[in-house]
Amino acid sequence: MPEGRTHVKEDEERHETRIADALKARPVEDRAAVAAETVFRLDDVHVYYSRFLALRGVTLDVGKNEITAFIGPSGCGKSTLIRCLNRMNDLIPGARVEGKVEYHDQDLYGDGVDPVEVRRRIGMVFQKPNPFPKSIYENVAFGPRVIGMKPSSMDDLVEQSLRAAAVWDEVKDKLKQNALALSGGQQQRLCIARAIAVSPDVILMDEPCSALDPVSTARIEDLMDELKREYTIVIVTHNMQQAARVSDRTAFFTAEAAEGTGDRTGLLVEYDRTDAIFTHPSDKRTEDYITGRFG
Amino acid sequence: MTAATDVLAPSTLRRGASRTGAKIALDMAFSVVLFVGTIVGVIALATLIWTILDNGWARLIADPAVFLTSYVSRFPARAGIKAALVGSAYLMVLTALFCFPIGVGAAVYLEEFAPRNRVTNFVEANVANLAGVPSVVYGLLGLGIFVRFLQMGPSLLAGALTLAVMSLPVIIVAAREAIRAVPQSIRLGAYALGATKWQTVRRQVLPAAMPGTLTGTILALSRAIGETAPLLVIGLPIVIFSIPNDLRDPVSALPLLIFDWTSRPQPAFAEAAAAASVVLLALLLAMNAVAIFLRNRYTIRW
Amino acid sequence: MVATPPDLSITRRKARTGERLIVNALFACAVLSIAVTVGIIAVLLVDTVEFFRESSIVKFLTGTVWAPGQGAGVDGLYGVWPLINGTLMIGVGAILVGLPLGVLTAIYLSEYASSRVRGVLKPTLEILAGIPTVVVGFFALQFITPSLLRPIFGTDRVFIFNAAAGSIAVGLMILPIIASISEDAMRAVPSSLREAAFGLGSTRRQVSLRVVVPAALSGISASVILGFSRAVGETMAVTIAAGNSPKMTLNFFESIQTLTASIAQTVNGEVAAGTVRYNALFALGMTLFLMTLAMNLISARIVRRYRQVYA
Repeated sequence: MPEGRTHVKEDEERHETRIADALKARPVEDRAAVAAETVFRLDDVHVYYSRFLALRGVTLDVGKNEITAFIGPSGCGKSTLIRCLNRMNDLIPGARVEGKVEYHDQDLYGDGVDPVEVRRRIGMVFQKPNPFPKSIYENVAFGPRVIGMKPSSMDDLVEQSLRAAAVWDEVKDKLKQNALALSGGQQQRLCIARAIAVSPDVILMDEPCSALDPVSTARIEDLMDELKREYTIVIVTHNMQQAARVSDRTAFFTAEAAEGTGDRTGLLVEYDRTDAIFTHPSDKRTEDYITGRFG
Repeated sequence: MTAATDVLAPSTLRRGASRTGAKIALDMAFSVVLFVGTIVGVIALATLIWTILDNGWARLIADPAVFLTSYVSRFPARAGIKAALVGSAYLMVLTALFCFPIGVGAAVYLEEFAPRNRVTNFVEANVANLAGVPSVVYGLLGLGIFVRFLQMGPSLLAGALTLAVMSLPVIIVAAREAIRAVPQSIRLGAYALGATKWQTVRRQVLPAAMPGTLTGTILALSRAIGETAPLLVIGLPIVIFSIPNDLRDPVSALPLLIFDWTSRPQPAFAEAAAAASVVLLALLLAMNAVAIFLRNRYTIRW
Repeated sequence: MVATPPDLSITRRKARTGERLIVNALFACAVLSIAVTVGIIAVLLVDTVEFFRESSIVKFLTGTVWAPGQGAGVDGLYGVWPLINGTLMIGVGAILVGLPLGVLTAIYLSEYASSRVRGVLKPTLEILAGIPTVVVGFFALQFITPSLLRPIFGTDRVFIFNAAAGSIAVGLMILPIIASISEDAMRAVPSSLREAAFGLGSTRRQVSLRVVVPAALSGISASVILGFSRAVGETMAVTIAAGNSPKMTLNFFESIQTLTASIAQTVNGEVAAGTVRYNALFALGMTLFLMTLAMNLISARIVRRYRQVYA
């Protein structure tokens, strides 16, 4: 066999070993999980930005208290899709969603639906940590205050949220300090605490660890595992190993060029339980991606 | 051998080797011209300040208490700036009260709530045009509408409203810039928690934009305080022996007084005008210092 | 279908009328700025029309004598050209002072100065811009004329009140505007252009004059027009320093009167409302408003058209 190919094959094998290790590292019970209650049901969803079709024909559902991962190369609509789930796409002028997005059997885009109420229940953590330029305490307390939660003790609520985000010990002595002074990983966990404080039903995470170092990333991955007991989590990630490590189900997306124009439209290729996707994917494109042949 | 190797030969790579004598001379001449051109402005400013101080310092120092606490007089030695100084202060506060909320409100609307359509573009273009209208024209507006049509007379109220209307575009521009400087990620973070647009603006965007907005407002007000023409046109008095007690009372202003004294032939009045200018400049300096302090201390570094 | 538990329902529950009211109030604030413009136009228009009812508009637009209260009958002579003459003299004079100084300063700040020098120079320019116009007028009367113009050009040539002093004063006032906007335009020129020129062996002078200034020309032009507009609208410095004599002249050492000064000096002398002299003020104001409006629009157009270039 020619030199180059040998190396490729070795890389592939190393790659597959890494994925396998990641799968094995998961707690045992997840691997045998039964189909859970459905939180989101998407049916033939298309997303347009003005004339441009960003994403087409997505049909999948998201299970309760599971971690669902969207993976795939850049530009294939993963972030676009996750933003549809809490109607953050509404904020982009020209954005349009077609098809059905159901949240607990309610049409997310139906008449009379209030995007503000949607976002109360479906929170989001962003790629780059974006704490408010206020104290740590105020960051966590902001959400409950604006949605009209009247907790018997705001101090307790702040503490609980910070504990649940595994950052309490690091900040308990400096709650009045400006949040911008924290490290990147701490800021991101603060953002998670902030999202938790409003008692959401779902937490969406758009590449939450891509701006962080490996240690912070690992801490947040551990956190996700705990969080899914209370919340349903959907995560977009570029990091396949991360998806293999933490998620219960994985959706693989890719992009295809539209005829004529150079625009690329995203589409869902395959969606299955994570171990299935990574050990025996049904689509060749999925296989190419996870074995590192492209993307 | 060829011209190319000549060029590349070490001796011709010496610095300045390709610059002819004429070129070097031109470069130096240009640098001199630039320097002179720049320094003229600086020298002019220095000369101006020196002229003011030279003419006015003695008068001010001679008896500052009298100067600051006396009313005007026919006799330059006895003339004081009390009415004018207090009048300017009152005008400034009242002007701020009128134009700050409206200016910030307009800025918030244009930046956060206005849809991108023809009406919004028209409003924006309108604000930009207003910023370039000469101050006398604002005076005529004040005269026609506040003084005569609304029958406020040449009063504190009319003066403050006129100055407020004049400062409005400047504040709108300053506030808009401050609001625009707040990163979108902050707004997105707030929306994602279930905050409404107004909650986001009121609790996150505006507070973050406040240092820049306040700085811009103070600068706008300091410009308004130095304005004479609008107050002259609406007919505010120069000779006045009382401080306003009521919004309808007449009021004077420091720049008006300076104008009057400057226009008189007696040299003693020139000194008095200069002394009053020192006070005005000191006031402006203080306001600008506050504005710069605010900007340096409280601006958020994202 | 399972009934959705109440706390998962996403339909609107509260009406949020308070918020809608607030947004309406904010909208009102924004619209107020339109009210201001309408107010200006209305005020100017009403009394200008009134003025033209009593005094011929033709004479206004073509007459070369401005002498309110003199001449045939009760009215005076209201030809606007002496005032426009004065205004343009000051405008052109101010540009003659402010343009070279401003652009040179801008080139120096943008291409030559170290950040330390900039740190000193820019605040200095801002201070210059912040000096109230009365004070600059005082400076013109007490220094520029007696200690600068008269010694150089002769006391008998230079009137006490003269256009040159007014021009220099206004020129100093618009220098910071021209300098700062031109400097912004120059700094916006991509450094890749400069580097290309340097790479070909150009000196800093050549790069500044042949690459940067031409590239920034639209910004510089906009600043000049803006500066001219400011000069046209400037009142107090010219009122104090340039005089009270409306006349058709091109002699900068004579005293003249600008549109703005005419307004200022008329109101200074107690004019009864409703008289021709009073209404004349608004006709002048209208003239001024239209002139500066035209210039501001042109300047904005230039900026808009060329902003695309280096977007």
